[in-house]
Amino acid sequence: MEAKMEMQSKVTTLENALSFINDGCVLMFGGFGGVGNPPTLIKGILQKGTKSLTLIGNDAGFPEIGIGKIVSAERVSKLITTHIGSNPIAGKLMVEGKMEVEFCPQGILAERIRAGGAGLGGVLSDIGIGSMIEVGKQKVEMGGKTYLIEPALYADVAIVHAKKADYFGNLIYDKSARNTNPLVATAGKITIVEAEEIVAPGMLDPESIITPGIYVDMIVESEGVDWKWAWE
Amino acid sequence: MGMGIEVRNRMASRAAKEIKAGMVVNLGIGIPSLVPNFLAPETEVLFHAENGVLGMGPSPSNGEEDAMLCNAGGFPVTVIPGASYFDSATAFAMIRGGYLDMTILGGLEVSEKGDLANWVIPGKRIPGIGGGMELAEKAKKVIVLMSHVNKHGEPKILQECTLPLTARGCVDLIITDMAVIEVSEKGLLLKEVMEPFTEKDVREMTGAKLLVREGGKK
Repeated sequence: MEAKMEMQSKVTTLENALSFINDGCVLMFGGFGGVGNPPTLIKGILQKGTKSLTLIGNDAGFPEIGIGKIVSAERVSKLITTHIGSNPIAGKLMVEGKMEVEFCPQGILAERIRAGGAGLGGVLSDIGIGSMIEVGKQKVEMGGKTYLIEPALYADVAIVHAKKADYFGNLIYDKSARNTNPLVATAGKITIVEAEEIVAPGMLDPESIITPGIYVDMIVESEGVDWKWAWE
Repeated sequence: MGMGIEVRNRMASRAAKEIKAGMVVNLGIGIPSLVPNFLAPETEVLFHAENGVLGMGPSPSNGEEDAMLCNAGGFPVTVIPGASYFDSATAFAMIRGGYLDMTILGGLEVSEKGDLANWVIPGKRIPGIGGGMELAEKAKKVIVLMSHVNKHGEPKILQECTLPLTARGCVDLIITDMAVIEVSEKGLLLKEVMEPFTEKDVREMTGAKLLVREGGKK
């Protein structure tokens, strides 16, 4: 890891990146409704046959779109997410007991991921008190109000989609495909970025960089989206 | 829901009247997504999406869609001048931080105290909460657009909700195919009756007491 300060290129092959994603690992993904999921890494995980994953991310995608493909292929033993309504296969697997699902309010999932990346133990939240969201969670009183302790989330591997990366891993994103990606990028022991375009350091304006490269361990070049969008 | 597009459009157009210039508004999926079609074009509103867009414009025309620019429902949108993109934590920090003037949501049940149930039918569908709890709890004004009765013909406006709650005491206004009802401190206030229904029809199909403002509509 000492190489990080020398701006050595983090660009690697898909095969090398996939060697860090193995059966049973905790895999966090960027993206929202398929938009901003990294298609080439997802395809690679499917082809490699990786299974028994604990997935953490915003939603279960659609059956044949984005991260939904990994869920549909029954590669996931546990999913920590906010919504699975767009992927009926996820609902079916949950009901059949083939996949455990933990639901979290959407913005709180984002904050739990941010806390994980920011070295915090969790966040205090007043969302979902009195609902099934509070089940199994500690409560604290502060300033006369009750809060749930929402534990931080951290992953073995975080996979991220970016529009542009430089060799060092500085990232910029593409419109609403940014969504959870900058948060997820911070919360992996290993963070792998799939970028549409890879450029030399200095080619990205430091003012425009959304994710500083210190969070990124590996960069692979994207082969582009290999699914048809729901609205097409 | 089983309501025709004409009825859904009428509900959406009624909801559009609640939106004032300068507001920051988040729209849920379904009927709420029709609301912008009924805003006067000069009304300056910032539409917010949970996936990180402030300043959404109209839907793109066929062939003009950008797969990297979608709303929270995953459908392509455009942006207006002055729009911004941000991550999901920021999108929800805006909601929880009180920067959202209004959200317009769908509903399964609303109680006379303004409790909202709109996310789960136990034993049937468990889609997950998404951003609904945060929107319902934290937006300054919550409008619910829903059919007045469920598919079995039973009231969805009740003294107490029977389904798991999204949030307590959050709803300000209910717009249905039959009526416009305000949730006030004194209870539910029947503000408008939609044609062809009568006040009697509305009362029969409502599972809670409806007040009528003095000098208000019959």
